[in-house]
Amino acid sequence: MNNLQRLWANGSVKFGVVVLGTMILVALLAPFLGTVDPSAMDSNFINKAVGVSGQFALLDGSTVQQTFWLGTDSFGRDLYSRVVYGARVSLGVGACTAVLALVLGGGMGMLAGYFRTVDAVLMRFMDGLMAIPAILLAIALVAALGATISTVVVAIAIPEVPRVTRLVRSLVLSLREEPFVEAARALATPTHIILFRHILPNALAPLIVQGTFVAASAVLTEAILSFLGLGLPPDIPTWGNIMAEGRVQFSQYPGNVLYPALFLVPTVLAVNLLGDGLRDVLDPKFARRGA
Amino acid sequence: MLQFLLRRILAVLPVLFVVSLVVFLILRLAPGDPAAVIAGNSATNEDIAKIQVQLGLDRSIPVQYGIWMGNVFQGDLGFSYYLNKPVTELIAQRVEPTLSLAFGTVILALLIAVPLGTVAAWRMGGWLDRLLSGFSVAGFSVPVFVIGYLLIYLFAIRLEWLPVQGYKSLSGPSAAGPWAWMRQLILPWMTLAMIYVALIARVTRASVSEALTEDYIRTARAKGISETAVLLRHALANAAVPIVTVVGIGIALLIGGVVVTETVYAIPGLGSLTVDAVLNRDFPVIQGLVLLFSVSYVLINLLVDLSYLVLDPRIRY
Repeated sequence: MNNLQRLWANGSVKFGVVVLGTMILVALLAPFLGTVDPSAMDSNFINKAVGVSGQFALLDGSTVQQTFWLGTDSFGRDLYSRVVYGARVSLGVGACTAVLALVLGGGMGMLAGYFRTVDAVLMRFMDGLMAIPAILLAIALVAALGATISTVVVAIAIPEVPRVTRLVRSLVLSLREEPFVEAARALATPTHIILFRHILPNALAPLIVQGTFVAASAVLTEAILSFLGLGLPPDIPTWGNIMAEGRVQFSQYPGNVLYPALFLVPTVLAVNLLGDGLRDVLDPKFARRGA
Repeated sequence: MLQFLLRRILAVLPVLFVVSLVVFLILRLAPGDPAAVIAGNSATNEDIAKIQVQLGLDRSIPVQYGIWMGNVFQGDLGFSYYLNKPVTELIAQRVEPTLSLAFGTVILALLIAVPLGTVAAWRMGGWLDRLLSGFSVAGFSVPVFVIGYLLIYLFAIRLEWLPVQGYKSLSGPSAAGPWAWMRQLILPWMTLAMIYVALIARVTRASVSEALTEDYIRTARAKGISETAVLLRHALANAAVPIVTVVGIGIALLIGGVVVTETVYAIPGLGSLTVDAVLNRDFPVIQGLVLLFSVSYVLINLLVDLSYLVLDPRIRY
């Protein structure tokens, strides 16, 4: 059985791929799924119930027959369209954060693991960074950098960097003692080629596993930041922003908070399960250590 | 022993140094001149320059860091830009709700998670075990505020058993009785305990099940003592160190959760102070709070490390 077949045979991976795949399709096909412009608001349709339909005014002044599958919010915007478009932002932030955290953490982990001179200083710095609770650090960074898509990604990625750095460092520490690295060094292979051609490919499996967990927690953290009103500007439809908007009138219209959760929770669950499955299949050694 | 204590305490110092450095630099990263913010809109350039000198903002960054740390050690976290009060005073006013929330959550989580994890380990593969493993994946995938709103919806809006939001103080002039205090906190405790239960139960299960494979468990059973005593006195006691460790590590999650939970339930604690401070771009308050939370986290974990000496008599550093 090759690797792909072994992956597909794993129940967690299968569930994760199916749910996440559906969510990615929803995000990509958002304009074709019976949605209207997510920022269009019509004062005739404020806080409408699930299933109401009518002539909805768009931003350019034209109207369109629309059924509000999930009702509308307090601005008269179609909740269904906002949730569907929100998938783009939430998934995008999750993916970008994971890539950024892996690149930063991977780079620094390789430095710390391979060059003993920077190891002590860099790792003490990482210990300090880890001592600041992740959400708090992200909140403080957003406060300092301002809230745009790129600063939110940076703010969520930075608290994840120390964990990735530690993982990569420990992998590099054991890989650098392997005979093939020693052989490469004996042949006077330039250091960057040893690092990127010989060491990195062998550290890839645990890195990918770690990346999925980072992505899952990034989607959650983005939702939490937006929910607190500290994340992306409120006009950008993200699951967290939609929930934040619904918070004020939760007791009358609980749906505005709870419907986005029906998208958010399965997505995060799928990414987490995907990570669990990938770990079991790709990285059995790591799985046993983590248990 | 004394040497161990000293070494462990000294190891915390570089961590605290980095924390203070990061917290300090975050304020420096922020756009805008704090002196201009304090001086207000009608201030002249001379007013701003005077405040800059007062705050030491005309000095180099390392000197500013030195001044700031000096003040921190004297218990001075600076002045709030927005509320024009000392940061320490603002924090002191808000400590009680947060401590009530956090302590109650830890106790509730331990009361649920430790028995749950122990039984799951005892009957491994049974229904409770499977339920727990499903619950622990779910626990990490549902954001705290969704749990909070589901509980509000069910217990406060639908069933009307508990209040929706708010906080009743235990002390001070507006003190309410312990029952009123507790009624307000039951839902927040349950909300915040959810992730913590998942975390602690998983570790309890793993370490109790490992302890159960040991020879001394077989010996204990062979002696004919009751299964409860085997589980509690032999398995659980030997599994205590990882459980206490995960409680310490979980404090970071708890702090993040406190910020969210206080917002959901409108509890006037340190978490909602943090959110307000960020919304108002009140950097001295943000700085003070991040520092306070992080230092507490580090010190709690120091205590956890020291508790190993008591929990595991074999550990003699």
